Amino acid sequence: MKELIPLQHFLYISIILFSLGVYAILTKRNTIVVLMGVELILNSANINLVAFSQYDPQLLQGQMLAIFVIVLAAAEAAVGLAIILNIYDKFRTVNLDELDTMKG
Amino acid sequence: MIEIAFFSLSILAVIFAILVITAKNPVHSVLFLVMTFFSIAGHFVLLNAQFIAVVHVIVYAGAIMVLFLFVIMLMNLNKESEPAKPLWLKLSGVITSGLLLLVLTAVFRKTVDKTAHVLPNPDIGLVKNLGMTLFNDFLLPFELSAVLFLTAMVGAVFIGKVKAGN
Repeated sequence: MKELIPLQHFLYISIILFSLGVYAILTKRNTIVVLMGVELILNSANINLVAFSQYDPQLLQGQMLAIFVIVLAAAEAAVGLAIILNIYDKFRTVNLDELDTMKG
Repeated sequence: MIEIAFFSLSILAVIFAILVITAKNPVHSVLFLVMTFFSIAGHFVLLNAQFIAVVHVIVYAGAIMVLFLFVIMLMNLNKESEPAKPLWLKLSGVITSGLLLLVLTAVFRKTVDKTAHVLPNPDIGLVKNLGMTLFNDFLLPFELSAVLFLTAMVGAVFIGKVKAGN
């Protein structure tokens, strides 16, 4: 028999992960680490979605949305990393402070 | 028992996430992020979402993070590349994310009812139920995500090809 964990504890974990992701996006200067912050934020959203999915055991809308978030994250990572590779090819750096022009 | 599992997984997830943002070497960041994803997959199992936990490990830890590692290795960034940041930047980051944490914690403390528990129905996250829902009620989003994947693939190949042509 499973014991019960309050739903709120999962939400707190996801809040903490979200804040850490925001910190990574705000302060990191390496573009790849900023993308990793985005992944962290997407994951915290996923925890929230799956947690709230408990209220909807027939349709499982939360878990469905979590699957689509994973799909989206895969596509986003592929395109984002391709763009970063291209930027590195042109500027020879991925430091966000030095990438201050949009002209190739 | 399950509470011990939950709290140890939570502590692991938070510690590894903090290590992700404090590591100077991007390769170490990626590896810590993989560990964070494993902890989050454990949370999914606790939330009766077994299929999502497995998919999460396969897609995130197996595919996306390997892609990150490949890009870091291709750009030869596997050294301590994070420049020293000024204090005001760190301070503003801590203040901003700390305020966000505070506000969201207050919101969830007030709004979510404290009696809500994770339902002890272990079957709802299995492949059968998810597949029935996905291919009946969520067929259109499923097809649209296929189109999205095609677009992303074409975009990534195109961006990479322009680089090779130069």
